[in-house]
Amino acid sequence: MTLNDVKEILEADVLVGRDQLGKPVKTAFAADLMSDVLAFAKPDSMLLTGLTNPQVVRTADILDITAIIMVRGKKPTEETIKLAEELKIPILSTKYILFETSGRLHARGITGCIVKVGGET
Amino acid sequence: MAEALNFEKAFDVEGGNFQNAGNVSGQIKGILKELGVSTDIVRRVAIICYESEINIVSYAKRGTITLSVTDEAVKIESKDEGPGIADIEMAMQEGYSTASAAVREMGFGAGMGLANMKKYSDHLIITSELGVGTCVKMTVMNFQKMLHPDLPPFTL
Repeated sequence: MTLNDVKEILEADVLVGRDQLGKPVKTAFAADLMSDVLAFAKPDSMLLTGLTNPQVVRTADILDITAIIMVRGKKPTEETIKLAEELKIPILSTKYILFETSGRLHARGITGCIVKVGGET
Repeated sequence: MAEALNFEKAFDVEGGNFQNAGNVSGQIKGILKELGVSTDIVRRVAIICYESEINIVSYAKRGTITLSVTDEAVKIESKDEGPGIADIEMAMQEGYSTASAAVREMGFGAGMGLANMKKYSDHLIITSELGVGTCVKMTVMNFQKMLHPDLPPFTL
């Protein structure tokens, strides 16, 4: 699956990174707590979140996240967009809630970075 | 034989400047990549650095993050001028937090910071004095290099 497929599945607007829609994606992590993202997300995954501040982009950069999917119709702040453009991290915005976004992607074959905590595989 | 790696640089972090939080960690990540440090170690150092930076921004007046890199290990020292930690043992527990609403709005302050720093480093020491500040020293070892000393610096 590519980011372009994700865009279609989620009927998402591409706010940053229109030139990167060909990138492949297989895994995702969903959270509104960046420390949890730092604890569990794996490189080359999508980050699904309801947060819109620049720290989301910083977190994505630190972890080599492929793209940020902002859920519940959230639009990022101007600073967030600027930083994402600078760091070349795509941002997509979907009107689906986090549960629905995750479910639709999972049904199409996207899996979680980890399945449950403890074993961490 | 390749020359031994010995790099050190200190970065100032401004307390309370949420907009810039993460900037230093981004720079450090870039430096490590340029030095040819392996991807896994870059990632672990970037995470502990970012959590350290968020802590300085969230709690302290100012702080310094010092990066040192040798063939054997990457070390991060995060030293701040701030309120200090009253009970370090409690602060290390997942979920314990004294963070403000502003910190929580950023997606931090849920009591995971020190736990993450411990999780991703091989060694961590915290010293703190109330009303003076806190110092966290973290080491990420380059075990691959230690097991296979003939490897060129920092490549797996």
